[in-house]
Amino acid sequence: MKYAIGPVLWYWPTATLETFYQRAAESSAEIIYLGEAVCSKRRATSFHQWMDIARMLALQGKQVVLSTLALLQSPSEVKELRRYVENGEFLLEANDIGTVNMAAERKLPFVAGPTLNVYNAQTLQLLLKEGMTRWCIPVEMSRDWLIQLLQQCDAAGVREQFEVEVLGYGHLPLALSARCFTARAENRGKDDCQTCCINYPTGRRVLSQEGQQVFVLNGIQTMSGYCYNLGNDLSGMHNWIDIVRLSPQGESTLAEVDRFRANEGGQAPLMMARGSDCNGYWRRLAGMALEGGR
Amino acid sequence: MELLCPAGNLPALKSAVEHGADAVYVGLKDDTNARHFAGLNFTDKKLAEAARYLHQHRRKLHVAINTFAHPDGINRWQSAIDVAAQNGADALILADIATLEYAAKHYPQVERHLSVQASATNLQAIHFYHRHFQLSRVVLPRVLSMHQVKQLARETPVPLEVFAFGSLCIMAEGRCYLSSWLTGESPNSAGACSPAKFVRWQQTPKGMESRLNEVLIDRYAPDESAGYPTLCKGRYEVDNQLYHVLEEPTSLNTLSLLPELLRANIASVKIEGRQRSPAYVAQVAKVWRQAIDRCMASPEQYAVQEPWMQALGELSEGSQTTLGAYHRDWQ
Repeated sequence: MKYAIGPVLWYWPTATLETFYQRAAESSAEIIYLGEAVCSKRRATSFHQWMDIARMLALQGKQVVLSTLALLQSPSEVKELRRYVENGEFLLEANDIGTVNMAAERKLPFVAGPTLNVYNAQTLQLLLKEGMTRWCIPVEMSRDWLIQLLQQCDAAGVREQFEVEVLGYGHLPLALSARCFTARAENRGKDDCQTCCINYPTGRRVLSQEGQQVFVLNGIQTMSGYCYNLGNDLSGMHNWIDIVRLSPQGESTLAEVDRFRANEGGQAPLMMARGSDCNGYWRRLAGMALEGGR
Repeated sequence: MELLCPAGNLPALKSAVEHGADAVYVGLKDDTNARHFAGLNFTDKKLAEAARYLHQHRRKLHVAINTFAHPDGINRWQSAIDVAAQNGADALILADIATLEYAAKHYPQVERHLSVQASATNLQAIHFYHRHFQLSRVVLPRVLSMHQVKQLARETPVPLEVFAFGSLCIMAEGRCYLSSWLTGESPNSAGACSPAKFVRWQQTPKGMESRLNEVLIDRYAPDESAGYPTLCKGRYEVDNQLYHVLEEPTSLNTLSLLPELLRANIASVKIEGRQRSPAYVAQVAKVWRQAIDRCMASPEQYAVQEPWMQALGELSEGSQTTLGAYHRDWQ
């Protein structure tokens, strides 16, 4: 099993990102995704700065993947995206079908990101023809669903043509909107957002009127209120999953990679707490459910 | 410009036609469509009857088969396409690559409309689907501003359809997992958002509470009317501030945008609400028919009539309407 650090979904200042990726270079993760995947208004880190970080990580022996926006709306966003697609050095993660189109037209390989609607083997076969080399499954997909799907890929003779990745740790990206919810929480609209999500490095907590943490706001993205954690599900993944992705919640996530690795056979179970951790999706339950915690 | 109305049953379909719909969209009685609600939708026989009725009146039938095929039941989606195509559907509204592929291969003569659930928000995405499946139409997600709709309309090789009125999805459709986060079932996986079987209302000393899978979505004061606990329209707290964190209970109403939509060459305006009553469909169709006719006759003179707004306001969630993402201030 390999481990990947997902793109930082929060809006962190460039200096914070540089420090984070210095540490990531020293971590045991084999694969690092980076780049802005949520909002095109987050421009503190430029294309060239991302490329510099990517090259530094590659020199340290990491496989680097440039991640891209999940919601592409304006021609200017598509234009900016073209620089990432045509970067010439690194593999691309496509998080919108439009990005798949851009990669395919240039005959470039790509990772199919978790926000693409891929729910069956027929869809995967088309993406394979388009150049997909790896698939990160949708966050709501269960182990049962995945196994059936991969068995069909087996039957179609394409199972060996791509790697399978699961987002197994972190607050989950659940939805995207035209509206910026972080700005709304400050009583402003998106046009006047002042890129305020940079002030909330792990988002803004949304509580029910009973104090249950239901969601976390991250700009135009709504995330799960609990931290998804498949650290105790790894032993059941070996036949199906090649890569486990951990979504950065802070520098502590890098150490989480080692805890996951140590528990691949179930020999060093992770502690999980009700009301803050969850593992429901993988177990075909409500995403927020936690089995086996306390 | 086509007026496309929803119908959850034959009476609603007939009432849509009687009040001016050019086309009606429906779903089959299973989880192959995104309004998989008890007591709603069409059997094979009713679908054939619907097609006959519509064609007699020279209107069109669109069939939504717009959830994503499960690996254990791909036959269900294929057979839904067979049933629709063989019973007279003029267009199939599809979101999943597996269903698009099957429809294009077996029924090339039946139009393929890309469902809003496919979440195509940009020209490159439209190119992708059109390149593979020769689309006749793309239904745009409700996340684009009017400016962005116009930009897209100028360049798209496929005619566009937009949502004009009804419940307002505020997330990019087809890529929202909020419902499965709380309940295990989402529009993509089960064909419904905030499914009714997880809903519970309860009168408590603190007020009427609405819950979804036991999570408290809202609590209403005695003078407030309790709404359906659609999870993105609940009242939650951020830093001790209690408010509608994502969106108020409100409906989309774009009557005032009609001249712009017409100028942008939008092929069809779509009314949301297959789950609504025949009376609702009638009322909405009537207002929109009048508005479209006025607008097409003289777009320069077009003005939204107060009685239209009043009629639609009464039918709206929380009696409120909004322009949603079409208007930048909403964003």
